[in-house]
Amino acid sequence: METRVLSHLRALEAESIHILREVVAEFSNPVMLYSVGKDSSVMMRLAQKAFHPARIPFPVLHVDTGYKFKEMYEFRDNLAKELGLNLIVYANQAALDAGANPFTLGTQKCCAQLKTRALLDALAAGGYDAAFGGARRDEEKSRAKERIYSFRDKFGQWDPKNQRPELWNVYNAKIEKGETIRVFPLSNWTEMDIWRYIEIEKIPLVQLYFAKEREMLVRGNSVIPLEHNYPIQIGEKPEMVKVRMRSLGCTYCTGAIRSEAETLPQLMEELVQFKRSERENRIIDHDTEGSMEIKKREGYF
Amino acid sequence: MSVESQLLRFTTAGSVDDGKSTLIGRLLYEAKGVYEDQLASVRNSSVNRSTGPIDFSLLTDGLRAEREQGITIDVAYRYAATPRRKFIIADTPGHEQYTRNMATGASTADLAIVLIDARKGVLVQSRRHAFITALLGIRYVAVAVNKMDLVDFREDVFRRIETEFLAYANSVGLKNVDFFPISALEGDNITEKSARTPWYQGTPLLEHLETVDLGEGHNFTDLRFPVQYVNRPTLDFRGYTGQLASGILRPGQTVMTLPSGRITKVKSLPSYDGDLAEAYPPMSVTVCLEDEVDISRGDMLVDPARVPHVSRRFAAKLVWMHETPGEAGRDYLLKHTSQTVRAQIAKIRHRIDINTLAEQPANKLELNEIASIQVETRRPLFFDAYAYNRTTGAFILIDAISNATVAAGMIEESNADSLEPLQLGSLEFSGETEATVTPAERYKRAGHYPATVWLTARQELAGMLERKLFDLGCSVHVLADDRESHLLPELARVLNSAGLIAICSIASPDQTETRRAQQLAGDTRFLLVDPQQLPFKDEEASEVLMKMLEDRGVLRRKERFEVGEGI
Repeated sequence: METRVLSHLRALEAESIHILREVVAEFSNPVMLYSVGKDSSVMMRLAQKAFHPARIPFPVLHVDTGYKFKEMYEFRDNLAKELGLNLIVYANQAALDAGANPFTLGTQKCCAQLKTRALLDALAAGGYDAAFGGARRDEEKSRAKERIYSFRDKFGQWDPKNQRPELWNVYNAKIEKGETIRVFPLSNWTEMDIWRYIEIEKIPLVQLYFAKEREMLVRGNSVIPLEHNYPIQIGEKPEMVKVRMRSLGCTYCTGAIRSEAETLPQLMEELVQFKRSERENRIIDHDTEGSMEIKKREGYF
Repeated sequence: MSVESQLLRFTTAGSVDDGKSTLIGRLLYEAKGVYEDQLASVRNSSVNRSTGPIDFSLLTDGLRAEREQGITIDVAYRYAATPRRKFIIADTPGHEQYTRNMATGASTADLAIVLIDARKGVLVQSRRHAFITALLGIRYVAVAVNKMDLVDFREDVFRRIETEFLAYANSVGLKNVDFFPISALEGDNITEKSARTPWYQGTPLLEHLETVDLGEGHNFTDLRFPVQYVNRPTLDFRGYTGQLASGILRPGQTVMTLPSGRITKVKSLPSYDGDLAEAYPPMSVTVCLEDEVDISRGDMLVDPARVPHVSRRFAAKLVWMHETPGEAGRDYLLKHTSQTVRAQIAKIRHRIDINTLAEQPANKLELNEIASIQVETRRPLFFDAYAYNRTTGAFILIDAISNATVAAGMIEESNADSLEPLQLGSLEFSGETEATVTPAERYKRAGHYPATVWLTARQELAGMLERKLFDLGCSVHVLADDRESHLLPELARVLNSAGLIAICSIASPDQTETRRAQQLAGDTRFLLVDPQQLPFKDEEASEVLMKMLEDRGVLRRKERFEVGEGI
């Protein structure tokens, strides 16, 4: 008998493409959440592949806190132009006008306003019934149990105790008006899978992921980017440090790491050596034990 | 992990006491699936039930509630990689009240690790895991006899468990069962052969997971391509997208589309990375066909020589997954590959006690119960037995009111008496409703449905097909157009209404006549055969036609096999 075995990356790719197509076939108004980061970039490539030779048949939504890196905005706009994306940028303008910022609100409240609230408002405004997110199950413990089709009630909330069983590749897309499904096509990818795939597919990435001399604030073990008027304390002074971002969020919440990795292979090599999970430098996950689970129950991606 | 490494999905079932979480934690640790800061977080965890230096089980228990209760409630997915393989681990709880979670984790697994505590031997729980493993069609079972350190690594303890478990595994139909004497806590026979089990000749557990053959897991012979989404960006491109369930697709290959039964060829397999020379499972691809055929989501491309069952009725095993009990006669939505149809549980044949395998009568299905049932769907499904094809044999039931996923089903076989035309309603001929003998009665006597086969330029083939059908006991007649050819449609219709299969052999086709014949016979009963699409040899061509008739439900497949074998 003829047998063939797909490599693990191609098997993951096939699974993700199946999910993307299934959603487009079964929902009336899907949207893809796009964060400019590496996972979003992989998800975008998978969407290109799923619908080739057509353009990506759904809008792409960037929830903009206003505190992202400048390079991220440039990269986003270029990509949108190149792929002919229907890019929608949404911000919680009311909160921003009221002066919401991480320095005075604290990360929890800031995130609630500028990310979670903005996301829920954006989804409601667009009337989307399904939203793709680039989250992976290996990122954090509470994500390990999240379904690929993650049901959200009318308030956008996740109930981890009452998830729909999910068997084979047969997904239940039935919802009532006002309810939504968050869909995670990258659920089974690990961080290393993402990097390998970027390498073999030559997926363009925002340069913040690669090491470069950047003007940073060094505070204890943290190296903090200075964009958006980061409040500097007395006695502190910015310095040039060779760093890269392990994951991309808002400038304040994304700690940089000192690194020499200027290329993808160097970066992966470093990753293997570090063996630190990428969310370590994200302040939000460490607020309290289980903090991501609390955020997700409230509607955070 | 290299770019070319393979993917193994496995499931583990077991209770807290088995040391299941410890084993997975150990595997993650050894296979570099755990990052240092996650380990640090375990060391700092607010609940500390650890006895050793690192409690590996805390690596795998996710949700807050579970951490507080000290048990794993849901299915959690873990990831690990070695240079040879990437592993996706579905970590499920082992108690009886979590049968649904075990079934969920098992549904995508290539391999199951069944944990047995060496001190306790084969328990009811071990048998339950074996049963679910068999039910969900997992190809390989690795029995990890754990806590060998607590029985002084005695071979006789291990062998007794091996013998007892094998006997049970055979009784539920499990093949490929391997046994490993391990200590998850102390690391024996996990990554390296333990010096404390000199009598053990097999490989360590991790090596087994890295080397077990994955190619066996897919069916490369029977083409099944459920159409997921029709991609039509422009008027001149029409691509059918989907994930290949089984078989191999190549340009030039002849395929049949279901439910229409039309035969066409694969034109190309376009992709983002250029046209593909072939596609195989589980690839997600786009297929362009030679002919303009009307295909939509829910349809299926199959090999005309190896068609699936087409029926509205079939037997299945069901795992009930919801608090609201399942009942016969209630309306559900049934999702099968890319098709969702209204369905009912026509009959609950019996419930299966998963501990004793005893069959018990039941009139409803409670959460976590497993039963053997009859399903009836509003529209026909194209399916194979689950044991034969894990994609086209699987379905879920969705509650039509609450939208909850209430059950998972594994199709067993199609009922011998259930093959029927694609639309039951079409059995009636218009204007003949007052007939004293109904079409259904004629069907019962003839054992097949009437049909018109419209065959061009193949007179000898028409004769051969007539002979084959006649030998099967069918009522059949060839109408050749040496008669008044414009009368053929009407003549065929008269034969049809008498319950016969009419084979119309036409020298040269005439569009008007063809359309008229189709109109009179009705779409589901009319088999229009393009001679270009048929094998050149009459013998092969007649087999293709027989298959098409079966596929349409004109012939009852089972009958054909029985009679055929007898001849």
